[in-house]
Amino acid sequence: MSATTLPAPAMPTARLHLSYWLGAGALAVALILLLRLIGNEYGWYAGYFVLQYVVLAAAWNILGGYAGYVNFGAAGFMATGSYTTIVLYEALGLGVIPGILGAAVVAGLLGLGTGYLTLRLRGVYFSIATLSLSVVLQTIVVNWDYVGGSRGAYIIRPMEVPPFASYGEYIFVVMLVLAVIAVGIGRTVEFSRLGRGLQAIRDNERAAEAVGVPTLRLKLIATTLSGALMGVAGAPLPFYAGYLNPEGAFNLAYAVNAIAMPLIGGAGTWLGPVIGAVLLATLQQAATVTISSALNLWIVGWMLVIFVALFPRGILGWFRRR
Amino acid sequence: MSGGILLRAERVGKRFGGFVALQDIDLELRAGERLGLIGPNGSGKSTFVNCISGDFAAHDGQVTLGGQKLDGLKPHRRARLGLARTFQLPQPFTSLTVLENVRVPLLFAGEAANATRRAMECLEQVELAAKADKLPRELTQVEQRRLELARAIALRPQLLIADEAMAGLSHAEVDQILALLRRLNAAGTAVIMIEHIMRAVTEFSERLIVFVAGRKIADGAPREVLALPEVEGAYLGRQ
Ligand SMILES: Nc1ncnc2c1ncn2[C@@H]1O[C@H](COP(=O)(O)OP(=O)(O)OP(=O)(O)O)[C@@H](O)[C@H]1O
Ligand SMILES: [Mg+2]
Repeated sequence: MSATTLPAPAMPTARLHLSYWLGAGALAVALILLLRLIGNEYGWYAGYFVLQYVVLAAAWNILGGYAGYVNFGAAGFMATGSYTTIVLYEALGLGVIPGILGAAVVAGLLGLGTGYLTLRLRGVYFSIATLSLSVVLQTIVVNWDYVGGSRGAYIIRPMEVPPFASYGEYIFVVMLVLAVIAVGIGRTVEFSRLGRGLQAIRDNERAAEAVGVPTLRLKLIATTLSGALMGVAGAPLPFYAGYLNPEGAFNLAYAVNAIAMPLIGGAGTWLGPVIGAVLLATLQQAATVTISSALNLWIVGWMLVIFVALFPRGILGWFRRR
Repeated sequence: MSGGILLRAERVGKRFGGFVALQDIDLELRAGERLGLIGPNGSGKSTFVNCISGDFAAHDGQVTLGGQKLDGLKPHRRARLGLARTFQLPQPFTSLTVLENVRVPLLFAGEAANATRRAMECLEQVELAAKADKLPRELTQVEQRRLELARAIALRPQLLIADEAMAGLSHAEVDQILALLRRLNAAGTAVIMIEHIMRAVTEFSERLIVFVAGRKIADGAPREVLALPEVEGAYLGRQ
């Protein structure tokens, strides 16, 4: 989880933040216009696939990249988000936006609880604990009839949501907004006191305590924030697919990609997860269309091996080498 | 220089499994005092530091700083109460620059607004300002020790415990660190110096205590303590 710190930003932080939101907003609008120009319904779905990973990778990076705590349970958090949407839909008939808000709350609380129970564990023990959490959650969902058990649950989604031309476009734009927000949050963490504290924890937790960093509190904030955003990444999934089953929601690919994407792009930097997610998810989407989705994990595996060997600090780390 | 009681340790002890690393240590330290702590390898010096700093979740006895009980407080709380320590092996934040290393304590002590200025002041005090933008691994050994000190003094501690801050340094480098600790002490910080380099401890300390096998066997003026036969005995074969 190595990363190199950038020198303190030269620009005042307020302007730095404004430039991100303006830049990301402009990029988002350009992306929507481009896909409209292409005018293929499939474009929205492929775009969504990539963007959900941008959210997931940015979320994982907050704990794994900055603080160095490797969470193997990303699929569990993401599925928590997806199933929160299902429950809100089944119980109250709520749509995707309330689903996202609910997912943030539920997955955030799950992150807080997990953090409280596991953060005294260091290194690989923490990782194993998060992996088991995912397994336990899947077992619960499989046996929970209200959300369809192992058969899964269907969602009847609206045909279209004005002013969007199609539901595909709508759900894409929703995920695009989430991605801009998730990356923006990661970036804000990086340039804040919280981010510095997490980096100190990653480098040397004992020394961080010794100089007055409240390590447990910062780690709990990070697990909560990271968990909430991973839940958000999964929240629109039932509306995107129209259907959700445990096998899909807890897909191993989510857990593996959540780790691989930040590592390949450059963990511990706000842009690294974006680069990794766009690169890996696009490759996987292309492989799914041209060959088979069975290749996805195979691709990630090879990319990881290549990158760990050649660019141990990820793509960004390689550019910033000094 | 010296005022009221700053640190009081009463019957402090620590066991690792069945092994008694530290037993019945009583110590009173006045504000602004310069105390030397010596003892053979494995005599419990670092263990004592860790008891005071809160690195161990539990130990026997109790510790107060400025009248406040420290027992049960996490290290970061003790740091903010004015207790600073350096590690026997420097423990820098490896991915952060020298400047950021020193900014970290300030950010969490309500000094975020002028953290950069204050951190630079600390770096100037340890003559490391020119290396502010370097990474810790680009520093020499003595510079790493100075960074460790700069980070420790950023919070303007009432007490600094320097655990072998001079090990492995040359004669001239030892003098540099000594001068630094003296300046700090002159500004009011009490210092506990743990050191194997006798010249440094005797030059620096107003008072000397000696640990042997986890017990305090002597406490007094350096010259008198070093003349005690049991202290000499403890060091026979080492020097
Ligand atoms: N975490 C630990 N677990 C088990 N034993 C320990 C632990 N820390 C220290 N010890 C043991 O306690 C004894 C005292 O160690 P300590 O590090 O306090 O000695 P020291 O006086 O600082 O020695 P040195 O001069 O070599 O630094 C040693 O025998 C050491 O092996
Ligand atoms: Mg020691």
